[in-house]
Amino acid sequence: MNSTGTETAERPAGDAELALRMTGVRKTYQMGDETVVALDHVNLSVPRGEILCLLGPSGSGKTTLCSIAGGLLAATEGEVVVGGQDITDYGPKQLARFRSETVGFVFQAVNLVPFLTARENLLVVDELGRRVGRAARARADELLGDLSLSDRAKNLPSQLSGGQRQRVAIGRALMNEPQLVLFDEPTSALDSKLGVQVMELIRSEMRQRNTAAIIVTHDERITRFADRTVHIVDGHLDA
Amino acid sequence: MRIAWLELRRRPGRFATATVILTLIATLLMLLGGLLDGLLDGSTSALAAQRGDVVVFSDTAESSFLRSRITAEQRSAVEGVAGVERVGGIGVAQLGARVPGNDDRDLVDVALFGYEIAPQQVPDPPAPGEAYADRSLESGGVRKGMTIEVGPQRTPVTIVGWVDGLAYSGQGTLWADLATWRDVVNQNRPDAGLGPDVVQSLIVQASAGTDPAALAADIDAATDGSTASLTLTDAINAIPGVEQQSSTFNQIIGVTVIIAIIVVALFFALLTVERTSLYGVLKAVGATSRTLFGGVVLQAVVVTLVASLIGATLAVALDLAVPPGGIPYTLLPARVLSSVVFLLIAAVVGCAFSLRRVLRIDPASAIGSAT
Repeated sequence: MNSTGTETAERPAGDAELALRMTGVRKTYQMGDETVVALDHVNLSVPRGEILCLLGPSGSGKTTLCSIAGGLLAATEGEVVVGGQDITDYGPKQLARFRSETVGFVFQAVNLVPFLTARENLLVVDELGRRVGRAARARADELLGDLSLSDRAKNLPSQLSGGQRQRVAIGRALMNEPQLVLFDEPTSALDSKLGVQVMELIRSEMRQRNTAAIIVTHDERITRFADRTVHIVDGHLDA
Repeated sequence: MRIAWLELRRRPGRFATATVILTLIATLLMLLGGLLDGLLDGSTSALAAQRGDVVVFSDTAESSFLRSRITAEQRSAVEGVAGVERVGGIGVAQLGARVPGNDDRDLVDVALFGYEIAPQQVPDPPAPGEAYADRSLESGGVRKGMTIEVGPQRTPVTIVGWVDGLAYSGQGTLWADLATWRDVVNQNRPDAGLGPDVVQSLIVQASAGTDPAALAADIDAATDGSTASLTLTDAINAIPGVEQQSSTFNQIIGVTVIIAIIVVALFFALLTVERTSLYGVLKAVGATSRTLFGGVVLQAVVVTLVASLIGATLAVALDLAVPPGGIPYTLLPARVLSSVVFLLIAAVVGCAFSLRRVLRIDPASAIGSAT
């Protein structure tokens, strides 16, 4: 299922076959007089349908990489292409549109809108993205069914278990039929048994939809659910 | 926007504090407006109801009815001015009246007008010795059909009907013919010495298309400067205390609107701080600052509208509860509407203080954060 440490981070392929291509990506921050390098000339390609585990300790740059891939941050240097779209020079408005249409996010703290039901949390993406009205509602119902949440569609997040909330968050990430889904420590708030269930669900959902995923984690146990694992240390990808 | 709307519907308690405070502010704003309009009404409504465009005073009167005297010659000169359609004499006497059934020392303040051109809501002049009374005098014991005694000489005046909402200098009015007014003045103010054709002032109706201000100047020229004519609006504003009342109340209303802006700004700034994490997530999944700020404005506008509705209901209830002649309080639809508009502007301006905070929320804050 998985091979760690022996593959290169870069896989040669055309952009049409790739969910993500990062070439020579560098990200620096200015801290007073000091320039901090968060990512240093990273090259990374993720083919469609691949599940990639990005493993690294805190402060290694994995969140920065994930943020740049998802259009949350702009790279200081280099080129970023997601689902065939070159987002390198996108402005804030274009990036907002790109995020609503092309990528999905599952955050560490789940972060569902607390006063919306499970179904409405999925439809939040509808408000911001390309799906509207009936098509969006049908898509939300289909996803809730796939995630075994049909009977919880009208429940508020506070009425759901941790695992159910995580499943709603996965559904929200899949609402816009993304090219790439970015998972930020998806099991950190769950116990190990629930963590395994969630990872199996992520794997099966991504497989079923041939959607690429990057799972950011510092938990080695997660790597077995990925097709490929890339280590990141001090802003460098380690093959 | 829909998310903001759903939050309002599902978590109304979250907005209760702001709604209560804004309701109090809306009520205060409408009460202040009602009191201002009531005071102005009490001072000016008798003059504002005149069917005329220009009011002619004598040149030394300083726009005061009591000091003004217009003679028959002056009237003729005014009637001869081009652009003058109709002229009617008017006079007022402010005196105490004894009302049957009241204690002898319990005088009711009245402003007895003598008139020729019937003001709005007032019928043509009644027979000598009779008058129509403003309904506010009912609270002083005045009744239709009753004969009251006006002034120290107790001039009898019989009340033959009611008129509504016509006061002068804070006093309820009586509307009689010029002869009755002259009798009342000459009996109770012998020093006034009004001749049979003398009036205090003239109400002039301009012919169609005539500019009242220009006509006022023409009239004063035609009387060789022995008159000082004002447009009706200027004559109303010249009533002592009117401008001072308006200015004082408008300043208080202005401060109240500023308080509303501060309340909205503080409340929604706090709410935005609370929502920083949520907004970060929504931005990460594609929401723009414009969408999020639009939601904040929508919530502020809805909260303000609800507060205004409750405030208006309370203000109307007070208007209905106050008897005529009680506290000077008149709630006009235009006042309610302008208060709501002021509050809505305050809501939007108040929200603007949250805009910078919304713009500064970084969508990247949603990732790599467990909070």
